[in-house]
Amino acid sequence: MSTTYTSGEGFEPTTGPDEAAPGYDTTEGRVFTVSGGDWDQITLDPAQEDERIVVNMGPQHPSTHGVLRLILELEGETIKDARCGIGYLHTGIEKNLEYRTWTQGTTFVTRMDYLSSFFNETAYCLAVEKLLGITDDIPDRATVIRVILMELNRVSSHLVCLATGGMELGALTAMTFGFRERESILDLFEIISGLRMNHAYVRPGGLAQDLPEKDDKGVDIKVRIQQTIDLLRKRLPDTANLLVDNAIWMGRTSGIGYVDLTGCMALGLTGPILRATGLPWDLRKEMPYCGYERYEFEVPTQTTADAYGRFLIRLEEMQQSLGIIEQALDLLAPGPVMVDDPKIAWPAQLAIGSDGMGNSLEHIRRIMGTSMEALIHHFKLVTEGFTVPAGQVFQVLEAPRGELGVHVVSHGGTRPYRVHFRDPSFNNLQSVAAMCEGGQVADVVAAVASIDPVMGGVDR
Amino acid sequence: MSEQRPVGSDEVVPVGAVDLGLAPAAETIGTRTGAFGVSGSGDTSGFGGLVRPVEMPGASEKPYGGYFDAVADELELALADSGLPMESAIERVVVDRGEVTFFVRREALLDVARTLRDEPGLRFEICHSVSGVHFPGDTGRELHAVHHLLSITHKRRIRLEVACPDDDPHMPSVTSVWPSADWHERETWDMFGIVFDGHPSLTRILMPDDWPGHPQRKDYPLGGIPVEYKGATTPPPDERRSYN
Repeated sequence: MSTTYTSGEGFEPTTGPDEAAPGYDTTEGRVFTVSGGDWDQITLDPAQEDERIVVNMGPQHPSTHGVLRLILELEGETIKDARCGIGYLHTGIEKNLEYRTWTQGTTFVTRMDYLSSFFNETAYCLAVEKLLGITDDIPDRATVIRVILMELNRVSSHLVCLATGGMELGALTAMTFGFRERESILDLFEIISGLRMNHAYVRPGGLAQDLPEKDDKGVDIKVRIQQTIDLLRKRLPDTANLLVDNAIWMGRTSGIGYVDLTGCMALGLTGPILRATGLPWDLRKEMPYCGYERYEFEVPTQTTADAYGRFLIRLEEMQQSLGIIEQALDLLAPGPVMVDDPKIAWPAQLAIGSDGMGNSLEHIRRIMGTSMEALIHHFKLVTEGFTVPAGQVFQVLEAPRGELGVHVVSHGGTRPYRVHFRDPSFNNLQSVAAMCEGGQVADVVAAVASIDPVMGGVDR
Repeated sequence: MSEQRPVGSDEVVPVGAVDLGLAPAAETIGTRTGAFGVSGSGDTSGFGGLVRPVEMPGASEKPYGGYFDAVADELELALADSGLPMESAIERVVVDRGEVTFFVRREALLDVARTLRDEPGLRFEICHSVSGVHFPGDTGRELHAVHHLLSITHKRRIRLEVACPDDDPHMPSVTSVWPSADWHERETWDMFGIVFDGHPSLTRILMPDDWPGHPQRKDYPLGGIPVEYKGATTPPPDERRSYN
């Protein structure tokens, strides 16, 4: 963070603040570098009392959660104006989606909010399924696996939030704990989808493939998931014990980043920020999707409406998610994972070959050897994809950071006409001004960490 | 595989409408031609002359079903109280796939928005998102802005759709009603060039400040360069021969 100071017109400093970095004149006024102990000298000067400093925090700053640029207008240590500069990670995913088939879309959307990939994929696929009118035909096994993966993803996402949030406030052990626990979940993702991140595992109509029967060590997959849950149950209290009653942590987060219920309504804030005001609004309870009405869980709330409250909510949500996963494991019955409609069901017969994952040789042997029609059908489905009747839908689900909305418009073709993601990070970042103005510079870090924005989702 | 629709047929009924027992008249907003997204490539499929209308679900008749009737009735009453007849504010109501869309005339958007937020029977406290859609074939109303609203009080979701012509891309900003629309409208301006009148600072948000054009419009190319690999050249995605 570089601190430059622009003096008013006619101002002549009596002594240079730093001999090593003397001031220089520009057409805008005099500019000089202030380092540490010189600060009083500058601020005590009555000519400069009303002066404001504009500080650019980021976009390359270790505590801004990625490429977020904060434009802060300071008076001394007090923030008078805080604005966000975003767009540094804009990759045109929404535009790109319009040039791919509906199925290929999952490969793009999974990269938006890269810490909650399964939520992006599931939201997109639920929207496409609603457009196709096959929502009720999705096999139960596919839905249950989606829930398992989403809840695992919620835990891993919250862990990153606590880990990086802790790191940004100086709690480095919280970071090592958080990333250690997350690693065990990413291992599970790798076993199930083949990838630690950016899975493209959830597809319109179901899943890319079924769960593997065994993990890499020959352990049954359900047992393996249960083992991970047990491990997390044992280890998650480490982070909690470290921070919950920690005087420094409470001092840094209590009363920081305050936004009350009215503010949340006006700014459209959802997720832990909304629940920290005491309103138990969780779409899994209020407007269930993916069969969430079948699971028993609590919606944790706090009434402090500050960064500490959001931290406590995330801690508790992880425990609730583990409970949901256990219930989902009980519901997991054998069955198909793709909709029973050959016009839509993407070939899910995949197998590991010498060159990695691909179509299973058995499937290829069948369509190549016995049925020309099946071969043509496979070819058309993969190259052309399926058509989706014209119309538009808006699908919302409860992502770790808040409500993730997907607006999908089809014009009746094999490719999306328009896909818009309402990413919770994008919307929630609007509250930076409300949370930070009037506070101190150091508290910006705590406030932003409690919003937990992921710039991949903000900029898309 | 591709859905073969006879041109001009009246039998095309959107899937969602069937489930609800409704058969709304389709709203034609453009045409799709050929089998592929690009023209000029060697199309030997024989489908090059194909012309298919793009038919979005049309206006629905009452009863709309579910809470949609309650919202529509409340809105009509509240608007009438403020001296604004429903027909002059709402073009049509479309119920499709279990979701409702109110097509709002742009001059009435602010009144409708304020009513939807403040009326106790409506109470749409949150404007979830504003997203743009560009329909170049929908002459005179090429640019659409879609506002997604959420009522936490009543657990309801509705959608407002506002259209404006390409040569007069203006519509009122709803930031005075829902401050959360601020960034969403900036994004829609950035990507589609819709000017939201009354927005406090309508500047680009995702693209650089000096960027020319509005990238999400349909007439804006995707960009990209041909990729050569082992002698074969693959054109960029928007110039590639692919199905549409």
